[in-house]
Amino acid sequence: MSAIVVYIDQLDAPGKLSTTAHQLLTLARAAGEPVAVVAGPASPELLSELGAYGVARVLHSEQPELGQFLVAPKADLVAQAAAAVSASAVLLDNSAAGKEIAARVGVALNAGVITDAVSVAVDGGTLLAHKSVLAGSWTVEARAASAVSVISVKAHAVEAAPAPEAAVPAIESVDVAFAPASLGARVVSRTPRAASGRPELEDARIVVAGGRGVDGDFTPIEELADVLGAAVGASRAATDAGWISHASQVGQTGKKVSPQLYISVGISGAIQQKAGMQTSKLIVAVNKDAESPIFEIADFGIVGDLFKVLPQAVEEIKRRKA
Amino acid sequence: MNIVVLVKYVPDAQFDRHLTGDAHTIDRNESILSELDEYALEAALALTDARGGAKGGNTVTALTLGPAAAAAAVKKSLQIGATQGLHVSDEALAGSDASATSLVLAAAIRSLGNVDLVITGMASTDGETSIVPAQLAARLGLPQITFASSVELDGATVTARRDGDDFSEEIQATLPALISVTDQANEPRYPNFKGIIAAKKKKVTTVSLADLGVAPDAVGLAGSLTRVAAAAERPARTAGTIITDSGDAGIQLVDFLAAQKLI
Repeated sequence: MSAIVVYIDQLDAPGKLSTTAHQLLTLARAAGEPVAVVAGPASPELLSELGAYGVARVLHSEQPELGQFLVAPKADLVAQAAAAVSASAVLLDNSAAGKEIAARVGVALNAGVITDAVSVAVDGGTLLAHKSVLAGSWTVEARAASAVSVISVKAHAVEAAPAPEAAVPAIESVDVAFAPASLGARVVSRTPRAASGRPELEDARIVVAGGRGVDGDFTPIEELADVLGAAVGASRAATDAGWISHASQVGQTGKKVSPQLYISVGISGAIQQKAGMQTSKLIVAVNKDAESPIFEIADFGIVGDLFKVLPQAVEEIKRRKA
Repeated sequence: MNIVVLVKYVPDAQFDRHLTGDAHTIDRNESILSELDEYALEAALALTDARGGAKGGNTVTALTLGPAAAAAAVKKSLQIGATQGLHVSDEALAGSDASATSLVLAAAIRSLGNVDLVITGMASTDGETSIVPAQLAARLGLPQITFASSVELDGATVTARRDGDDFSEEIQATLPALISVTDQANEPRYPNFKGIIAAKKKKVTTVSLADLGVAPDAVGLAGSLTRVAAAAERPARTAGTIITDSGDAGIQLVDFLAAQKLI
């Protein structure tokens, strides 16, 4: 069986495997022999977790350059480790960093890179990825035409499951030869973002998003999100106005979400917004302007005042749950 | 200083966009300058304006790759303020993926000689992979600062802010370097009458793959490292039930969510 490399970052979130890493390892196990490439410390807990997901081989580096610079040194690690194990595929998460590492690994290994995969299937020994393109209006099936496939995979592309039998991983230390330019962009300061306590936008089953119509007050959006266990999103108009962090932006230049339910509140539904949410399973829209384009794609639309509709819905949900 | 800005001619997202042909490539009718490239162009113009603009010996070269019609993206960039244009046009380029695209862009930038900074948008609005800037930096051996939400230049040191999901970071690199900027980086300027007239006198150089020394089979569908095996248009969403609030819309919303088993 050929080696499928999964990149595991232990620098930004050390000590445990992310839920996305569980999914990638599950996928790798279905496609071949999973090999974990770990940047940063490989604790006994991490190794036992990797073993539980069927990883028998771990390549690992704690060279300080991996954390001091932007993504390029991490890409050097992944490319050199993938070459060392003659990997047929490299799987990464679909974060901005994951995609950039994928990009550079593609150049280093002369490999085709597929980003934003929503599902990956094994087809005759090669990997076949599905993704949405052109703002969710088309779906395509893509594969690499090269010896190695590099694929960044969105959250929930596969349901994570531990291996039927746990492995005891053998750990090998990798001494990465960093390219001079990889050490050219230094991180001079780093400020952690405050956690909201709500689900991450890209992981959430339900998203409640507010736009210009909230007029600076996200309270009704947040209260509805909290009774639904939902993530809070925003249109670009709302983030540009400074009402909420840019990290909450859904749309062409923000997060692309595809939840079970997307509740769009006070958002007109310009094309750039639709680009980030129209693959949601169900769309509910609340807007006082009956002419808003969002109503053209909403499964359930309410023409009304969000400051009346949302609090009433919150009270009703609380009443029914009580 | 000499700055190269990547500008791409992409299908206008205001219209329906399609994949076409056996290779499922993008139908490029009704195209425009990619909206996200305007932030890259503005970042370049702001940096050179602060250093005396074209009169101070600064150049901003708008670089595009694409069919004859893609020259429109360069022309618009010249109207907005770029100094000159470079258009890589060759039939063999059709269907190039990110890898082949970055290969040609790297050759085009090398052909310009002394480049201090390459600035790109955060992604194109058609392919949307956002991987070309990193691939280009890797090919040119330049330090990369991607997804910058602000850019400052002090001598040969460029400092940028990058707002990720978990961290906000300050990054520094020494020129020459490559930067991609987000839509938070600035407010792009519009072409004015003076700019439109001035653009007519600006030089656009059109080059072929042969001019750049790139083999035709290294690009296009032949040289791309990914294949689209199948493509399907997602059925358009249709409007569902629309109600006007007469006092109980919040209750009706909860009824809808309950019927969908979402609460």
